[in-house]
Amino acid sequence: MLEVSGLRKSFGGFVATSDVSLSVARGEIAAVIGPNGAGKSTLFNLITGHIRPDAGRVHLEGRDITGAPPHYICRIGMGRSFQRANIFPKLTVFENVQAALIAHHGAATNLWSTARDFYREEADRLLASLGLQAQADVTSGTLSYGNQKQLELGIALAASPKILLLDEPTAGMSSIETTEAIRLLQRIAMERELTLLFTEHDMDVVFAIAHKIAVLHQGRIIAVGQPDEVRGDPEVRRVYLGEQHA
Amino acid sequence: MTTRLARTVPWMTVAFVAALLIPVVGTRFYTSVATDVLILGLFATSLNLLLGTTGLVSFGHAAYFAIGAYVCAIAMKTYDVPFALAFPLAGVASGVAALVFGFFCVRLTKIYFAMLTLAFAQIVWAICFKWNDVTGGEQGFNNVPYPDLGWMEALPGLASMRTGELYFYLTLVLVSLCLYILRRITNSPFGRILTTIRENPERAEFVGIDVRRFELAAFVIAGLFAGLAGALFGIFNRGVFPDFGYWAKSAEVLIMVILGGMGQFFGPLVGAFTLVALNQQITSYTEYWPLVLGLLLIILLYAFPAGILGTAADLVKALRGRRNA
Ligand SMILES: Nc1ncnc2c1ncn2[C@@H]1O[C@H](COP(=O)(O)OP(=O)(O)OP(=O)(O)O)[C@@H](O)[C@H]1O
Ligand SMILES: [Mg+2]
Repeated sequence: MLEVSGLRKSFGGFVATSDVSLSVARGEIAAVIGPNGAGKSTLFNLITGHIRPDAGRVHLEGRDITGAPPHYICRIGMGRSFQRANIFPKLTVFENVQAALIAHHGAATNLWSTARDFYREEADRLLASLGLQAQADVTSGTLSYGNQKQLELGIALAASPKILLLDEPTAGMSSIETTEAIRLLQRIAMERELTLLFTEHDMDVVFAIAHKIAVLHQGRIIAVGQPDEVRGDPEVRRVYLGEQHA
Repeated sequence: MTTRLARTVPWMTVAFVAALLIPVVGTRFYTSVATDVLILGLFATSLNLLLGTTGLVSFGHAAYFAIGAYVCAIAMKTYDVPFALAFPLAGVASGVAALVFGFFCVRLTKIYFAMLTLAFAQIVWAICFKWNDVTGGEQGFNNVPYPDLGWMEALPGLASMRTGELYFYLTLVLVSLCLYILRRITNSPFGRILTTIRENPERAEFVGIDVRRFELAAFVIAGLFAGLAGALFGIFNRGVFPDFGYWAKSAEVLIMVILGGMGQFFGPLVGAFTLVALNQQITSYTEYWPLVLGLLLIILLYAFPAGILGTAADLVKALRGRRNA
């Protein structure tokens, strides 16, 4: 599904990503973990076209998308959420999702119809599946942070992606919200047969749902494999897990 | 009760009919002021597609106003092109200019975008100022003819009207038509996408929107309608001058939009009305118009950042909320 090979990126002299290779199979739930500043967000930004790699290739379903613009990458089936909830704050919750649907269905070049009721049913259904239907007409910027993250997930899902990249989907959530969000994520991934690649600091979450884990440290992948293998890896224990799971 | 009234009375129709009566009940002076307000209102509304809807700050919108004014005036006077052709031609010319300049502008963001729009506008101004053979240079392009309005006298109620009054009616119809189109565009799916670009271009890009392309489309549409406003203004003013494209003109239209409220479709029209009316009133008392304008802006920016219509809309909403509570 997703194939990353030899990706490298440096900012000035600082190497943020160094020779990263990673593959995610269809239907797989994969996690990238690593301490703060390990380069997780940078890796996501390289994959989604927000920054151009200095070297290396990214393939989505066999198609080379290295250096392609984000809107193109989105259109061919990749969805993403950002580490900090990234929504359209002055639009209502409904309008946020509706805008994504308009873009996805190619209605964005329609200059003449009234947008108000465009894709209302589909948007309502999507909001209901996220538990946001009651807040549909609320200005999205006033939602709780957890709900903003849910909404961002909704925006990403509106484009019916095949693969979803989530940068810390539970960051800033309470532990109850986290549990709910993860359960929701699992359900949606199952229903939609989504491939999932996510980063997360909460190890309980990671080990609960990931089929595969890659550990990033100072821009390099130091281990990759099934949760049990990674948990047992001495190098990983030393640089990362040791801090919390000693 | 008031809410139901607000919903059932088509306010736009009321405003249109009221405007129809201006030449009948008002003096020539009022008709002339009303023409001025309509044209500048269209100009400001075109800018608001960029500013309020797409979130792009243009410091050079007057360039497209000037191009439209010159193209229409030169076509009509120098080449004897009828108004029915010269008017759309002005829009096309401004739209094409906006396409070329905009192509470069949308590659920059924020203040750099604004500076580049200003740079292009200054180039347009310099060309108008120096190209004596075509534009009349510094002296301006004078004695722009009125379109042939004889046919309008056959319409009921217009038989005894003067040219200036007939021109007001022509302006009223054309501006209303343009505003209608701009309003449909603003409320369309395309318009919704423009608001997402205003809110968060990064996210807009990652719902699959080619942000630059959409910004360029908005820039071209805004330029086109600014050109149409310019075409109307050149005739109304009986002459076109390089000042039409000067940065001060760009600032003036920006002020109109902010004064009226960029969050409301009709805000810029209200802003145009307010600025023109105030200018008339104040310049008859004092020569310190810029000073008064400056003070007004300071008060506005601190006390009513939503602009006149925006503040009024908030007030109505608050009152309704209290009544329903
Ligand atoms: N645009 C940039 N310019 C310069 N340095 C950058 C840039 N983006 C990221 N970095 C640096 O690259 C390193 C990796 O950052 P990144 O955000 O990818 O880490 P992360 O693993 O996502 O961390 P966190 O867990 O805190 O989100 C950091 O040291 C960061 O300062
Ligand atoms: Mg990060």
